[in-house]
Amino acid sequence: MIPPGGGRLRAALRSGRFVVTAEIGPPRGADGGAIAEKAALLREWVDAANITDNQGAHTRLASWAGSILALHSGVDPVMQLTTRDRNRIALQSDLISAGAVGIPNVLMLSGDHPTFGDHPDAMPVFDLDSVQLIWTARLMRDQGRLLSGKPVKPAPNWLIGAVENPFAPPLRFRAARMGKKVAAGAEFIQTQFVFDLDIFTRWMAEVTELGLEQRCGVIAGVGPIRTVRAMEFMQTRVPGIHIPDEVIRRIRGVPSDQVEAEGMRLCVETIQRLREMTGVAGVHVMAFGQEHVIPELLERVGIPPRTAPSHSAEIEALTYRTGEETDAR
Amino acid sequence: MYRLHRVLKPGTLKRWFARFLERHQRLYSLFTRAEKQVKGSAFGCRMCGQCALPATGYACPMTCPKQLRNGPCGGVSPTGACEVYPEEQCVWVTAYERAQEEGRVSDLTLLQRPIDHREWGRSSWVNYWQGRDDDLWTTDDGLTRTHLVLTDLRLLSGGGQK
Repeated sequence: MIPPGGGRLRAALRSGRFVVTAEIGPPRGADGGAIAEKAALLREWVDAANITDNQGAHTRLASWAGSILALHSGVDPVMQLTTRDRNRIALQSDLISAGAVGIPNVLMLSGDHPTFGDHPDAMPVFDLDSVQLIWTARLMRDQGRLLSGKPVKPAPNWLIGAVENPFAPPLRFRAARMGKKVAAGAEFIQTQFVFDLDIFTRWMAEVTELGLEQRCGVIAGVGPIRTVRAMEFMQTRVPGIHIPDEVIRRIRGVPSDQVEAEGMRLCVETIQRLREMTGVAGVHVMAFGQEHVIPELLERVGIPPRTAPSHSAEIEALTYRTGEETDAR
Repeated sequence: MYRLHRVLKPGTLKRWFARFLERHQRLYSLFTRAEKQVKGSAFGCRMCGQCALPATGYACPMTCPKQLRNGPCGGVSPTGACEVYPEEQCVWVTAYERAQEEGRVSDLTLLQRPIDHREWGRSSWVNYWQGRDDDLWTTDDGLTRTHLVLTDLRLLSGGGQK
């Protein structure tokens, strides 16, 4: 179901091998080097890295700029695009731009509300919702049209991504909601942190019952808990993260100098369980400010570095625009 | 509440009445004010002019701080509270509970189109009777492939019709 085109993530999803994506949070300063540094750490290990879009409603370097910087550093970006800050004119404009500069993947989400960020006084936009934006993106790519009906020529050819949180109520509606995103055009879905494998397993069963994993790569979100404080922060200050009591007991149950090791162990175990689960296409490793632990984490699970050699940005951009691929669709 | 919808169902008479109202600006604004009163107190209506209530378990999606018309965001707390207003229940949790009680969960899987922001403050009843809301939500997004996907997914069996 994944259409042909460029990009390592697309190739990995099409081949059916276990995919790995990670996250690069852009800096607040006008510093391109920060993206290059993180990209260098991840390059050999991931199929793509998400470049977040003003994550947590905190103003940062733009996701499109971060995506270009990542491309230059040999990492395929997943350009995140939230509906929080832009109306449909700006969103479609950014999507066209992403296609023009050779960004191979885009991912649409509604985004954290401004009240959580550094400008709680900002106007929340939310002109479209995430499902409508995914739908718009597919309209632009597959029909070569804008929402207005105007033609987009040539049409962009990114892979379309989305997110889902299997752990937030109404739990029994979450698989169907992912179904809406798949129906609208999502080709891969990254989930919120998986700490509760019971809820995730139940959600995954509903997803496979709907056959969604056949049409859309399900990439499960994971990440190591590094300190008790970080765990408390995630639990209380970040909307949508659910950490079950047994995980909290396990992390609190070890002496403070061993929390980091226990957090890593827990994450390794989670990835191993996810790898065995039917329908899970890969993992999305979120380790904010801790990108250096990602290679160790993957090594311990036994996921080898990506075999594909890292292409230069130019080659990626060229492959991505060949007419042959456009015709093949 | 679904009974209310039956009362409002469009017909020849209502279409005539809607046209009549639109020709008479003062009557139109009186009628719109009355609609705002009724729907405002019952549903917290914001007068977007493109009412989605019949397809959202009569929980108004425009009262969601993100105005999400296609389902809840990922920030709903484990207790079902809104991430922005923790003292309130998420609109979509309410929508799901009501739809489930009425056996209309499939309504919530319909694709809701982007709204027309020029309609804010206009009467959604008049728009509805004039047939302007006919493609507000859909089982088909106009793209053949998706139409097939939707049918395959069995997400849209039953319900969902206005």
